Amino acid sequence: MKRFASIALATAIALFLHGCAGWQSALDPKGPAASELAWLIWFFTGLCAVVWVLVMIGLAAPLMMQSRERLEPLVLDAGADNRKLRVVMTAVGLTAVILVGLTLLSFFANRTLAAIGSDAALTIRVTGHQWWWEVRYEDATPSRILTTANEIHIPAGEPVRLLLTSTDVIHSFWVPSLSGKLDLIPGRMNVLDIKADKPGVYRGQCAEFCGAQHANMGTFIIAEPRAKFDAWWRDQLQPASAPMSDEAKAGKDLFLKRPCVMCHKIGGTPAGGTVAPDLTHVASRQTLAAGTLTMSRGNLAAWIADPQGVKPGSHMPVVDLSGDELNVIVAYLEGLK
Amino acid sequence: MKPAAATLLLAVLALAACQREERDTRPQSALGSGEQPTPVTTLEPGGQRPSPTDNKAASFEANAFHLSEGKRLFGWFNCSGCHANGGGGMGPALMDEKWIYGSSMESIHATIRDGRPNGMPSFRDKIPDDQIWELAAFVRSLSGNAPSSAAPSRNDDMMAHPSENRMPDAATLGKSP
Repeated sequence: MKRFASIALATAIALFLHGCAGWQSALDPKGPAASELAWLIWFFTGLCAVVWVLVMIGLAAPLMMQSRERLEPLVLDAGADNRKLRVVMTAVGLTAVILVGLTLLSFFANRTLAAIGSDAALTIRVTGHQWWWEVRYEDATPSRILTTANEIHIPAGEPVRLLLTSTDVIHSFWVPSLSGKLDLIPGRMNVLDIKADKPGVYRGQCAEFCGAQHANMGTFIIAEPRAKFDAWWRDQLQPASAPMSDEAKAGKDLFLKRPCVMCHKIGGTPAGGTVAPDLTHVASRQTLAAGTLTMSRGNLAAWIADPQGVKPGSHMPVVDLSGDELNVIVAYLEGLK
Repeated sequence: MKPAAATLLLAVLALAACQREERDTRPQSALGSGEQPTPVTTLEPGGQRPSPTDNKAASFEANAFHLSEGKRLFGWFNCSGCHANGGGGMGPALMDEKWIYGSSMESIHATIRDGRPNGMPSFRDKIPDDQIWELAAFVRSLSGNAPSSAAPSRNDDMMAHPSENRMPDAATLGKSP
């Protein structure tokens, strides 16, 4: 029975710890900032655990020995006060040393974090909305400024400076594998420097309760080799690809006639709304609705047909479309690679 | 017995806070703008377009959620481009007590949906019907025609007037009764 219990416990711990790995975990660092923080938290936790165990032993030991001492309660022990004083002073001294040590560690870790982006060549402006992320790649040449949504492409191995702000409520930007969290505050610009050591996809999540769909406000950091990143930027700057099939052409016309055009932008068409995600290359993204649905024709249709069913309370309204209208619009959006 | 009664009273009071306004975020899409009566001509004198009373008008005009959504849409769709946050510019002011085509929800809804002479464009098929009703409800609140408990509060940017829930009541024009 005891053996069964220990196996069950080991299984439970293994299942629980399984959540620590993967593309969204502070315990699975993939960048210098996250590694620094992970190392710091492990060291703090380890040291505090050791101190806790020592204190427990220190408390338990006299309790165990008490009965023996009680045998001769009236015998005077001249050295007892001195010994007690020494024990207390040692404990106080050790506490001070540990506190100062941890403070210094934390200070140097902070310095390392602050130094990551001091020579960042790329600046990205991330704006939080209920409930999606607007991502704007800054460039000295105005025609190279690029606005996308929900996915942040960065060159791997290079520091990137993120300027964080919000348009409605306070959000928080958190990609646990790469960095700590920082708030996005309306009317204020916060600066966060991130760096991914290796190419890969890291998931981020809004970390400040910001309304009904707070949990469905995900983002993806896609770190790529520099050449691939530059090629991606060039591709994204192109206007949307022209619809090829008759179905997609009808979809484009309908898109421009119906409420879609009031909020969304599609580069190279009259659609120029800026209050909702830019759809110029929407089909090239991995997910829909800020990490809620994977990108597919079926999910596009489901999202447009009933956004309030997928993300209740989101600002995308239910638009009255017939089945045929929905089909052609999805056919058009699907081609926006 | 007394502490029990007090506890019960507190519980009842606490439960009263659970009552909250219903948010209808998922309207019946089958009842879209296609169901609205289409005017046969845009030429007409005055503002006396036939507008049957609509039960949406009553359910939207005093609903805090719809009013605040209307405020958001007013900014998003750049109504301020002509109406300057209700203060009026190229388009008429919306925060005063003058209504060229009447102050009813139905009339404002028709204005947004079908447009009016002298520049108000038609947003038929461009704004879903429920969102037009939300805009109409917000436009009415600009002149104090909404209960201050439901009207939207704090403006996020510079406005031509105080927030809608601090506007003087249009019925009394700000005078004490």
